Amino acid sequence: MVDKTLKISKIKDGTVIDHIPAGKALKVLNILNISEDVSSSVSIGIHVPSGKFGYKDVIKIENRFLEKIELDMISLIAPEASISIVTDYSIKEKFNVELPQTLLGLINCANQNCITNGNEPVKSEFETISRNPISVRCRYCEREMNYKEIQASM
Amino acid sequence: MLKNKSVVSIDDVSDEDILEVFKVSDQMSKLISEGKKSEILSSRIMATFFYEPSTRTRLSFESAMHRLGGSVISVSEASSSSVAKGETLADTIRMADAYSDVIVIRHPLEGSARLASKFSSKPVVNAGDGAGQHPTQTLLDLYTIKKEFGKLDGLKISMVGDLKYGRTVHSLIRALSRFDVEINLISPSILRIPQHVMSRLPARTKITISDNIEEDIENSDVFYVTRIQKERFTDQNEYRSVIGSYSIDGGLAGKMKKNAILMHPLPRIDEIAPEVDYMPQARYFKEAANGIPVRMALLSMILGGE
Repeated sequence: MVDKTLKISKIKDGTVIDHIPAGKALKVLNILNISEDVSSSVSIGIHVPSGKFGYKDVIKIENRFLEKIELDMISLIAPEASISIVTDYSIKEKFNVELPQTLLGLINCANQNCITNGNEPVKSEFETISRNPISVRCRYCEREMNYKEIQASM
Repeated sequence: MLKNKSVVSIDDVSDEDILEVFKVSDQMSKLISEGKKSEILSSRIMATFFYEPSTRTRLSFESAMHRLGGSVISVSEASSSSVAKGETLADTIRMADAYSDVIVIRHPLEGSARLASKFSSKPVVNAGDGAGQHPTQTLLDLYTIKKEFGKLDGLKISMVGDLKYGRTVHSLIRALSRFDVEINLISPSILRIPQHVMSRLPARTKITISDNIEEDIENSDVFYVTRIQKERFTDQNEYRSVIGSYSIDGGLAGKMKKNAILMHPLPRIDEIAPEVDYMPQARYFKEAANGIPVRMALLSMILGGE
């Protein structure tokens, strides 16, 4: 019988990001600025069997609770990710990330000829036009970006 | 209502506004043909910023403002403005906001007019933003068609040429999709209409993609030809592969229906042969002339008469 047990230890306090599409965990770490100088323990499960997705990635971060902007960024990479807030080994709160209606300064427009890619004093601004599949539209040049283009711009 | 509103996209102009533009344009046409001048904008100043070459759009905006009694201040090229010193468009617009009552802008980057409208308390009119939109050209195109046929509904309108980068086409398709028209698109395969334009059309839009120019020219009411724009290509080999890929000569134009019209936002290079200029279907110079009453209508509706 195949052992399907998740081989990542529990955390005492912190955040669990589950249901990340397989292979996207490193991208999420990048968003959260987690690199070699990280101060807390981070456990990463890559290509973990999942009943819902086939395979998924999981990240557990000790002593870190995420900001709204970080959750919004994660929703662009892992639209179905679930977030668990852990306190003293038990889950105090669990919710799914949600792609916001307006994305302000989160990603760059894929249209290189868009005015927001120049030196103007504005943040990029996108409107969500579809959540499944993900599609957003630049409020300046009106170009749409799909999931693949969003990944490339982050 | 358009009063004090920016017109960046054709979506900023409601169906009612379009009908009002038609009505006021008729009044302005009458004024022009009678050789009269209005003074309704006598205390108003229009600032124009043309960071890309323009003949018709700039002159017709300026002529329209003068014919309404208003004044014009202008920057005709980026090299003669603070942009050459590295100033942002945002700062330029903040300055223009204090100097004028309405700002007209043409800029090579998409989204520039929208950005300008965010930094201006005065209305901004988009006179072309890169490969984005050109809503006032659309209004004069619609007005030309309406004037010729007395209606828009029921017409078959073919658009030919650079549908990928052609901002006049992008705006016009969006506007036509509000009417009960049949839209037919003809272009080299690498210059097909972009998905970001198609995806914004309502599902009911009757649209076909074709490559049979001879057949399409015979059964269209409006044949709208565009220039393949060398300046939009980053790959000049790509440009060379499509230049001259279609040309309307006397023989082809002769196949058009008797009451059909041939339009072009101009300038043309070799898409329409000079011999066609004298054929009854040629309407592109009339179309360009309609830019004056239509822009007079728009400016008067935005700035009001007081």
